[in-house]
Amino acid sequence: MFARTAWLIFRKDLTVEVRSRETIATTLFFAVSAVLVFAFALVKEGRVVADAAAGILWIAIAFSGTLALGRTFERERYTDTLRALMLAPSDRPAIYAGKLAAVLAMILAAEVVLVPLVAFLFDAAFLKRPAMLAGLLVLGTLGFASVGTLFAAMLVRARSRDVLLPVLLYPITIPVMIAGVRGTAALAQPVPDQPMALFWLMLLAAFDAVFVTLSLWTFEPLMVD
Amino acid sequence: MSPRTFPLVVVAAIAGFMAAPFLIAAAPYESTMGLVQKIFYFHAPSGMMMFLAAFLSGGASAVYLFKGRPAADRLGLAAAELTVLFGLIVLVTGPLWARKAWGVWWQWDFRLTSSLLVWMVFVAYLLVRKYGGPGSDKLAAVVALFGAANVPFVYVSVNVWRTLHPKTTVVPSLGPGMREPGPP
Repeated sequence: MFARTAWLIFRKDLTVEVRSRETIATTLFFAVSAVLVFAFALVKEGRVVADAAAGILWIAIAFSGTLALGRTFERERYTDTLRALMLAPSDRPAIYAGKLAAVLAMILAAEVVLVPLVAFLFDAAFLKRPAMLAGLLVLGTLGFASVGTLFAAMLVRARSRDVLLPVLLYPITIPVMIAGVRGTAALAQPVPDQPMALFWLMLLAAFDAVFVTLSLWTFEPLMVD
Repeated sequence: MSPRTFPLVVVAAIAGFMAAPFLIAAAPYESTMGLVQKIFYFHAPSGMMMFLAAFLSGGASAVYLFKGRPAADRLGLAAAELTVLFGLIVLVTGPLWARKAWGVWWQWDFRLTSSLLVWMVFVAYLLVRKYGGPGSDKLAAVVALFGAANVPFVYVSVNVWRTLHPKTTVVPSLGPGMREPGPP
């Protein structure tokens, strides 16, 4: 029942997205603009500051991810379907899981374009260990999106929600950013620092386990009217 | 707190506040840091109080979320305010000491950075309570709970990222009489 509800919500969100392509188009464009802004700050005389590419990549993911997170529940509020979703006789945590999966899919889709672009523009070598990099990206994005989906859900009915989402999300997800940036930078070394990248991968896995569990727990009492 | 113990606590607090300056003044000078070492007596306890209050706020918020007890919500809010207050003391006294001891106001050292991050979560908590509108008490409770759960992750990640703070081993290395300043 849980898996089925989550799957249906995931499919519904993806169908809406595939028809309009609104979130993916805006998210991706915003991510690319963010990369450009950082390029102007961190490129000196045609050369990138050491390790800057990993930082630029993760900042672009965090910024554009916030945009995607904001949209996922804003869309429900705008069309007044959030109440219907909450009235449905199903597990509340399943709704969260479905929403999280959809957000994750959208941000990961943006990363498929964003990561090679950053590697190409800044001559960064983190694509040398694709499996490790994919692990960091998936676990990091999951950590970011798990907290973000819960916060976006609870802020739907709050005043000044657009402002509050990044205000709450960034301080909590700092460990994800540190692990993502340092892990990716370790892979981009001339000789990839595998043990270091593995350590950050493990930290991300632990973060995900704790915060996905906490989010599933708190979604129910939070979304009670 | 019961009304009977309250006056007792107030008297103890006043006595503590009155005695502290004398005890700190009587403590011997540390040989290399000199007078600035005495900032520890404000800095370290404030840091302890900050983290204690942060965990208290997180725990109380969890109780409020799952049991809906208004008392837990009030405790969570009060503890969050204390976290921000003591965090401010830590973040002001820390750079004052660092300027003298390290020669810089701010270092991206792990205790400084993790304290700043934990402090920011609870500033965010107060921002939600103030600007979140109706129902923001529950939102803030989630922020406090997540913030408390985040402390170990902040600690580990910032620790590996950077380390410069005097280790906890510095305090035992202080000479006798400097660790717990008391009457000579």
